[in-house]
Amino acid sequence: MAKYKTKGLDCWGRAKELRMKYYQDYKEAHDRGALRWEGGAWTFDALPQALEGEVHSLTEEPYGASVGANPEVQVRYQEAAEGKWGCARDLCAYLRNYWGSIVLDEYFFGGKWPKADFIFQNHICCAHAKWLQVAAELEGGDVPFFCFDVGAGAYDKIGERQINYVVEQLYDGIEFLERATGRKVSDEKLIQNVQNTYRSACYWAKTCELNQAIPAPLDEKTMFSLYVLGTLEKSTSAIADFYEKELYPEVKDRVANKIAAVGDEQCRVLGDTQPPWGFLSIFRYLEKYGVVSIASLYTFSLIGWWEIDEQGKIVPYPTLEEQGITIKDRDQALRLLAEGELKGKLMWAPFYGAKYKNDIVTKIAKQWKCDAAILHLNRGCEGTAQHQMELKIALQNMKLPVMTFEGNMADEREFDEARTKRFMDLFLTETLGLKKVAD
Amino acid sequence: MIVAGIDVGGKNVHAIIAKNGTILAKAEAPSGIKKAEAAEQLYEEVLKQAGLKREDVARVVATGSSGQRVTFADGVIPDAAADARGVIKLIPSARTVIDVGAEEGRAIKVSPEGKVLDFAINEKCAAGTGTFVDTMARALEMPVEEMAKLSLQSTRSIPMNAQCAVFGESEVVSLIHQKMPKHDIARAVHDAIAGRISSVARIVGLEDDIVMVGGVAKNVGFVESLRRDIGAGVKVPDDPEYIGALGAAAAAAAGVLEEKVEAKVVEKEVVEEGEA
Repeated sequence: MAKYKTKGLDCWGRAKELRMKYYQDYKEAHDRGALRWEGGAWTFDALPQALEGEVHSLTEEPYGASVGANPEVQVRYQEAAEGKWGCARDLCAYLRNYWGSIVLDEYFFGGKWPKADFIFQNHICCAHAKWLQVAAELEGGDVPFFCFDVGAGAYDKIGERQINYVVEQLYDGIEFLERATGRKVSDEKLIQNVQNTYRSACYWAKTCELNQAIPAPLDEKTMFSLYVLGTLEKSTSAIADFYEKELYPEVKDRVANKIAAVGDEQCRVLGDTQPPWGFLSIFRYLEKYGVVSIASLYTFSLIGWWEIDEQGKIVPYPTLEEQGITIKDRDQALRLLAEGELKGKLMWAPFYGAKYKNDIVTKIAKQWKCDAAILHLNRGCEGTAQHQMELKIALQNMKLPVMTFEGNMADEREFDEARTKRFMDLFLTETLGLKKVAD
Repeated sequence: MIVAGIDVGGKNVHAIIAKNGTILAKAEAPSGIKKAEAAEQLYEEVLKQAGLKREDVARVVATGSSGQRVTFADGVIPDAAADARGVIKLIPSARTVIDVGAEEGRAIKVSPEGKVLDFAINEKCAAGTGTFVDTMARALEMPVEEMAKLSLQSTRSIPMNAQCAVFGESEVVSLIHQKMPKHDIARAVHDAIAGRISSVARIVGLEDDIVMVGGVAKNVGFVESLRRDIGAGVKVPDDPEYIGALGAAAAAAAGVLEEKVEAKVVEKEVVEEGEA
């Protein structure tokens, strides 16, 4: 008999439906006279989505990850990208999947590659700085391209000057959007989109906060499928409503009724970076030992917004409602958008040094009551893999047992499933002293 | 109680039969491609050596990268766990175990009870493994044993790349063309691998006593290079290549087997894999 009650999420089907609709909408956009744009999961989508009329996006990282979750397709796409340029295997694996997909003229969700009407992107890392520029060339070289810089500093360095730096570029972005599409940016839509962005980002953080409960209401493998919506179109009402009105209340209810993600939870694990998408079964393997991965900076903050409170604790970033703010005009909308993204997205911080990553992740480990950490040394993303060995030391210094395994989020050629499971057996049985609870 | 430990590695399989802590018989054979068959045959051989039948053995525990292939085993333990148990049995003061086998180099921090406290492994890379040593010996056109002894004659250090076995081999060829003495090249090879392995060992922290096991521990030239790189003593037990099998036998004697458990009672929702 399991220790705790468990059941699937009632809103699971809705999450799946939203995701598939997103990719379908992008594909069919032109049939309906809608615009298509390419960008990233970290792009401030509230702005291009504010163009008048129907607009649909394709975000590059979730697309690369979707391909990555299907090893047989992924290798073909990787090899297509490598074959065209001989590009190095240590380049971002998502990027190689994405480029390969264009080279083969295949849309992973069916049909030919759907060419974008414009590209709206930001420079979050060295790969993103060039990713869609090359994509634009592959698509014929005539796709209008706009990219802005967000290298303004970590969350604790964000002041007026840093916000102005980004907002000024967003104004340039509006000029670009209107020139490239011949449509106007609607202030009414922009304000609505920024409000939705806050709802998506803050309610995802509130949902993650609920995972501090024992037993954890969510396991990380399930969370991967939930946060993804925010990486697609967090500025839309449908997705903001999902986070605020469906997921959050349901997870709150699970906590109140002690409904566990894993019925036999006996060990709570902290993760790091993107997982090897084609091999998420490793998370189910952990469950055989009653081990549930419940927290990571990546899962929490890829779309979730957070802040460090006066006691030094990580807490969800306040919603506009909680801040008592009603957005009145374009300028306020842009400033709030920049402020939330730059201050609230703790995922930026590790790009500014190991100190930040260690500080935030050790706080997560404490607050979410983690018993151990399993870190994926991800060869597919240099940005998120930064400082991982220093993080290992920081976690061990707080007496948290840590296991690392090498892999790649979206290149199965760099992941050894059998060996990883051997390491897991060793870590779980020897270092943590656990026994299997299921076969 | 009579127990057996079988260690099926990338290159060789080792088997030990022990009674109340005393080794009755041991044997080694290439593991080849058909690893299950190799293990089976070696087990028969070691039983014969000990004058025993299968039913005389109370428990068999397997380990190694292909330990799961040993169908006649009562249980399987991870290779690092076997190393830890085997080493502590012979050298109770050991706290750091370095095992360099054919396909993997690893460092293990062990407790006085022989538990694995932390580990680090040289993954997905031939540099830092026994296979790398074999490849370099082939490039020097001599057996590994000869290369090992020859390297001890060298008094100078030649920096060499051990980040990649392919580049390493090409460097050895270049050194041969430069007419560098073979003993210096042999030492360069060992120094390079030792550098790689010691950096893996430093991840878990080097605490005395440091013990080296695995097939490469028989390479005196490599052990000397490792001692130099670490700057501390490195102990090597007798028959270091049998430590995994010994640890597996120790686990068998201690009854450290995976407990059989009932299938999970609660039906979980089948979550789609790979939703990104």
